[in-house]
Amino acid sequence: MPVDYLKETPSQTAGPYVHIGALPSVAGLPVRTQEQLHVVAGAASAGERIRLEGIVLDGSGAPVKDAVLEIWQADGTGRYNAPGFFGWGRAAADFKTGEWFFETVKPGATPWRDGRMQAPHISVLIFARGINIHLHTRAYFSDEAEANAADPVLRAIEQRHRVDTLIAERGARGGQIVYRFEIRLQDDAQETVFFDM
Amino acid sequence: MSGGDFVRRDRAWHPPAFTPQYKTSVLRSPRRALLSLEQSVGEKTGPVFTPDRLDPLDNDLLANFQTGGSPIGERIILHGRVLDEFARPVPNTLIEIWQANAAGRYRHVNDGYLAPLDPHFGGCGRALTDGEGRYHFRTVKPGPYPWRNNGSDWRAAHIHVSVFGEAFAQRLVTQLYFEGDPLIPLCPIVNTIPDPLAIDLLIARLDMGEMVPFDCLAYRFDVVLRGRRSTWFENRPEGN
Repeated sequence: MPVDYLKETPSQTAGPYVHIGALPSVAGLPVRTQEQLHVVAGAASAGERIRLEGIVLDGSGAPVKDAVLEIWQADGTGRYNAPGFFGWGRAAADFKTGEWFFETVKPGATPWRDGRMQAPHISVLIFARGINIHLHTRAYFSDEAEANAADPVLRAIEQRHRVDTLIAERGARGGQIVYRFEIRLQDDAQETVFFDM
Repeated sequence: MSGGDFVRRDRAWHPPAFTPQYKTSVLRSPRRALLSLEQSVGEKTGPVFTPDRLDPLDNDLLANFQTGGSPIGERIILHGRVLDEFARPVPNTLIEIWQANAAGRYRHVNDGYLAPLDPHFGGCGRALTDGEGRYHFRTVKPGPYPWRNNGSDWRAAHIHVSVFGEAFAQRLVTQLYFEGDPLIPLCPIVNTIPDPLAIDLLIARLDMGEMVPFDCLAYRFDVVLRGRRSTWFENRPEGN
């Protein structure tokens, strides 16, 4: 018999009412109303201010309007858990449109295991009704073509056309830098790459 | 960053993404295989939640809706430990819960179940584990409720549980059930989990040792997160 360890607690869907626990004011509870978990960048955070926004689409192309997303990222200099930068955020899809957004900074490059650098990216987790175990993906940045081409994670994607599913497109609106990141849960051609890491 | 990689997730132990008996999963499940890669700094770190982010009543769902009254229902203490697969406690980590009230109704703008809201119950709680991975909440036992899946299926009474651990790789969201509930084996969401031994880990046990006399019963629920390997013979570049 192999050595016996504890087994990880199995996952269950976050369900349609995840907002009560995760973002109670979105659920309509008059509590924690000052919390702005989708605002990741503070006054002292190092890096270029950006808005990361998008939508989660299901296998029929319909928006997933009850999704909750979490992000985790380095600051603008590539440091996780940096002073003055919490690095974690949480946002809900809009109940009417499915659109979500974070206010944050563009992260710097971070090291891969062998000392090579990873292209700047934000880790994204997706929770929703119908998702039995949260999905894990990454948002990279369209203006980092050179770094993306050398990124060890993006290079591991065998079907090269699927690399595009991890690239957030840079644009501008009202004087603000906006990156758009659309997540396709299920798609014949352009299903988002999800990780087991 | 301290410590080695986290033990791989046993994906056959967790529910698969595609579980047609739970209909919503049909269009929300990826068809492509997950891309399996080694962990780097972003997976091996995570947010550090400090006590100043929490309110003293956050773990007391009998009081934290702040109406001055007490909710209807079976008063319970919910407590346990957060451990990793090597049975090491996970200290100072955030655990969040949410639940329906004793009648099975959620305080959520999208819940239209005919059972009544409780004016004194919100259903939202959070806590940090102590130095030995312990947590505790006070709440009411939630009621079962119907949902549109196969006609009117019924959810077994449950509390949703979210745990962070020390790194994003350990993130876990699940649901706990209550010992003895006859709806557990009938619940399509419980049954997304293939192994009965795994389902058994989601069942909170009646804990008469921790009940408060003439006040409330207690249930115990331990959470196990992915374990972190040792790095005895590993020699990797700085920054890993």
